[in-house]
Amino acid sequence: MAHRWKNTLRDKDVTDEAAFLNRRQLMAGAAAGVGLAGVGGMPARARDLEPTSYEDVTTYNNYYEFGTAKGDPVENAHMLTTRPWTVKIEGLVDRPGDYAFEDIMAKMTVEERIYRFRCVEAWSMVVPWNGFELADLLEMAGVQSGAKYVAFETALRPDEMPGVKYPVLDWPYVEGLRLDEAMHPLTIMATGIYGKDIPNQNGAPLRLVVPWKYGFKSIKSIVRITLTETEPPTSWNKANAREYGFYSNVNPEVSHPRWSQASERVIGSGLFARRQDTLMFNGYGDEVASLYEGMDLKANF
Amino acid sequence: MAAVDHINTGLRRVPAWPIYVASLGYAAWMLWLGIQNRLGADPVKVLEHEMGQMALYLLVAGLAVTPLRKLAGVNLLKFRRALGLACFFFVVCHLLVWAVLDVQRIGEVWADIVKRPYITVGMAAFVLLIPLAVTSNNLSIRKMGAAAWGRLHQLVYPAAILGGVHYVMLVKGWQIRPLVFLAVIAGLIAWRFLVKRKKAASRVQTAA
Repeated sequence: MAHRWKNTLRDKDVTDEAAFLNRRQLMAGAAAGVGLAGVGGMPARARDLEPTSYEDVTTYNNYYEFGTAKGDPVENAHMLTTRPWTVKIEGLVDRPGDYAFEDIMAKMTVEERIYRFRCVEAWSMVVPWNGFELADLLEMAGVQSGAKYVAFETALRPDEMPGVKYPVLDWPYVEGLRLDEAMHPLTIMATGIYGKDIPNQNGAPLRLVVPWKYGFKSIKSIVRITLTETEPPTSWNKANAREYGFYSNVNPEVSHPRWSQASERVIGSGLFARRQDTLMFNGYGDEVASLYEGMDLKANF
Repeated sequence: MAAVDHINTGLRRVPAWPIYVASLGYAAWMLWLGIQNRLGADPVKVLEHEMGQMALYLLVAGLAVTPLRKLAGVNLLKFRRALGLACFFFVVCHLLVWAVLDVQRIGEVWADIVKRPYITVGMAAFVLLIPLAVTSNNLSIRKMGAAAWGRLHQLVYPAAILGGVHYVMLVKGWQIRPLVFLAVIAGLIAWRFLVKRKKAASRVQTAA
């Protein structure tokens, strides 16, 4: 998969936002189709994805290391030092080690992906991400045959993250995927949004994006990736196993114990907007449903 | 004249009606901001949380009236009815925003009330407050008699606790703010029971 398409452009080279918006309809279809060639054509629904405004995407965030209110991350995340940045890749890999962010970027192919983003809190956005497929990064480190899961860890910097003073979660934030989920072409490491470097409050300098899972699976500001044989612990599952499972696939038929997941509020649509029906696998069922064939999704929520 | 007396003399000249006007005005202003799309990315949640939070602030304010009078000598008794009714007004706003603008589907509103414990708890608090709001007038006090009226209005204690628990339950993880609210509410109520116990104890002593 790696380097199947050579891109010499970087985030800063991508069309500016105004121009981007003018052609967003075209891009929405095109970008969603990128990388899906091998998994069957362009999903029909991708064509009407309207990106949420840059302002909403960058001011309405859940990043509890910077505070639990939606506006806290944009206010506090500037404190986070993102350069230099290294990602430790370890565990069942051929080439474990500290990978500098610049070295990773030099080898990766950055693409634009416009994805639906569905939070477990029953709101949703459409985000134009820039990033590379996680599979390419894992292949760079060389996945060993015994590896079955991928564990991720967010930076923990008490001096730069005012939110970690409070035991809202057991810091650092950790997440995990099954290896086939991690290797899926829809799964990306995002390094930008709207063609710009990803803002700190959105998880700079690199974060996971798994568009068919609830947003909290898409872990931010990653410093460690570990290939493991056993299912790794995940933060929200540790905090409340009854409410947050390891898989956390978007599923309108499985309610969160405290609220329905059947529908969602669309961010940016105003005070009187109708709720939108939530789609199975957040609308990516054609691409990912086969990963879960034979599994009881109610038990493995 | 002590400072407290100055404060109380000043307070006697302040009417209670501005509390009603300010509450109505604030709710209307927030709704207006929402209509103007000036409440940020998720206006429904902002409006919903703001109304709920105002109700909690006013609940705490109402519960603080008696301790303030007994401990500091500051008398805010004449404002308590307005604080309570304003609190109820914001609870109703909170409920309406949740049902009409957030959940939107009447079947799901009912399902949520029955199925979701934090909503059940919030609804229970609302239901407990209804008789208090209905009897927050002089006519009711006269008709019921002050003692019975006072007993009925002790329902505000369980209602306040349930309101605080509702807030703690609805957030993700253990967050500070809701816990502080609940602790303050519990503290204000616990103080009353401690005072009562002490009084009862001293009565027993003098009787002996």
